[in-house]
Amino acid sequence: MNVTTLRHNRVELALHEIRGGAGRPLLLLHGLGEASPNRVPSRAAAWPGPVYGLDFTGHGASTIPVGGGYTAEILLGDVDAAVTHLGEVTIYGRGLGGYVALLAAGALPDRVLGAVIADGPGLTGGPTEPISPAVVRLAADRRPPDPYALLELGRDLRPVDYALDIVRLAVGGSELEEPIDVAAVFRPPWLDAVAAAPGVAGLDVPEALALYAG
Amino acid sequence: MTDIRTFPGARPPDRCHRVDADGVGIAVNEWGSATDPVLMLVHGGADFSRTFDVFAPLLAEAGWRVVAWDHRGHGDSDHTHLYSFDADLRDAVQVFEAVAGHDPVAVLGHSKGGAIMTTLADAQPFRFRAFVNLDGIPYRRPGPDLADHQRTEALGTEVASWLTHRRRTAEGIRKPGTIEELARRRGTMNPRLSTEWLEYLVSVGARHDDDGWRWKLDPSMRMGGFGPWRPEWALFRMAGLAVPFLGVLVGAEEPMGWGTLPRHVERWMPRHGRLEFFEDLGHFIHIEQPQMVADMVLEFLGDPA
Repeated sequence: MNVTTLRHNRVELALHEIRGGAGRPLLLLHGLGEASPNRVPSRAAAWPGPVYGLDFTGHGASTIPVGGGYTAEILLGDVDAAVTHLGEVTIYGRGLGGYVALLAAGALPDRVLGAVIADGPGLTGGPTEPISPAVVRLAADRRPPDPYALLELGRDLRPVDYALDIVRLAVGGSELEEPIDVAAVFRPPWLDAVAAAPGVAGLDVPEALALYAG
Repeated sequence: MTDIRTFPGARPPDRCHRVDADGVGIAVNEWGSATDPVLMLVHGGADFSRTFDVFAPLLAEAGWRVVAWDHRGHGDSDHTHLYSFDADLRDAVQVFEAVAGHDPVAVLGHSKGGAIMTTLADAQPFRFRAFVNLDGIPYRRPGPDLADHQRTEALGTEVASWLTHRRRTAEGIRKPGTIEELARRRGTMNPRLSTEWLEYLVSVGARHDDDGWRWKLDPSMRMGGFGPWRPEWALFRMAGLAVPFLGVLVGAEEPMGWGTLPRHVERWMPRHGRLEFFEDLGHFIHIEQPQMVADMVLEFLGDPA
């Protein structure tokens, strides 16, 4: 499997070419605490083009930052680095990767042609209202996944109105009628609201990918 | 032109040391006797602890061990991979632990430092003996109130600009200049502060490279940004604080301020909390009027012992 090293500020990101081919790439975004898979997931097997997987900051073969400080928005910057390298993509995100796929669909609507949000670790995120933060120090561990990633990205705030703003950006900027697909069965409040928004499909993963493959 | 700048009343720290915050080196500056009770001073965004060079000695002379640190990416602290509000909170706790263990200490936070400390006082109240929030009480997002579609549009612009910044930041390096040039640049964000003060700040807070002076702030950091976090959330935490509380607000508008007025925050004030308002002073009130603010803080805190 070919691995390309991309740079996002001081972090080196591993972009894995899981399957070669021609045409628009499918970019896989893993869940919280996971890494890119070695094989194309069965639900994405029918994708006609190449398939890539990106290891987020602090995961897989990407850099483990010193002293934490994660936000989902930083992972959006990771995806931006991959999209800059690959060009137009369709994204299939699991769990946390599904939330980041949503952010990418909103931030890069002309280059993310379809974002599929599927069940997986880190789908829920934290509360939708401010709570007392857990200010805790974790034992140093330089092995992936970074414990600070698990702590901070497992409880980052995902207010409904923020998620809906992102949906509006995606729908307003995309050439697709439904640039976002919610395939997840479990739907925390942010995802429930996204699923009900105009411009969001509710197809299963293979159907959504067939739609986005065109 | 000489590199040495002085400013009336400014005094370098008596002690400097570093705290290891999970691999991120945090620079700590102290004024006053090491055996006096601790008073933490927490700087705001894009600032650094030497901005307290006039204010801190006034408090130290009254019997406080004044402790200030540079936030990660600021001043003499390490530049690191990631920055976030939660990471700043965690770094702060490392400094509190290193300086005072679990003992309660007096705390003064300015601007973003006030918002961070409001959050910490809610999360870990046992660390606080008294809390002064110096114009660090945001009550809404910056910018005008907007309808939904306008808010979405503004978010789109902000996201695009943030990503453009992130694409460039791997090679980012601050622009060099003379002391006067750096002071002039900072003056656009600090329009109420004197040239003499800003030039002093350059000489104690910037780095002198072969090709000129550079601010030390990590070039990958950027004011503003976007995300689900809302500044006013720190405000909601204020209502439940039990620690003796002094809030200070100002009336003069300027780029770094939040424009918070007493009427915006009165209902969120902690019980028995005190709120002071200075209509004609600006966001950096402790630099504009160090003696007046020091006297007010000392009177509020009472006898250090």
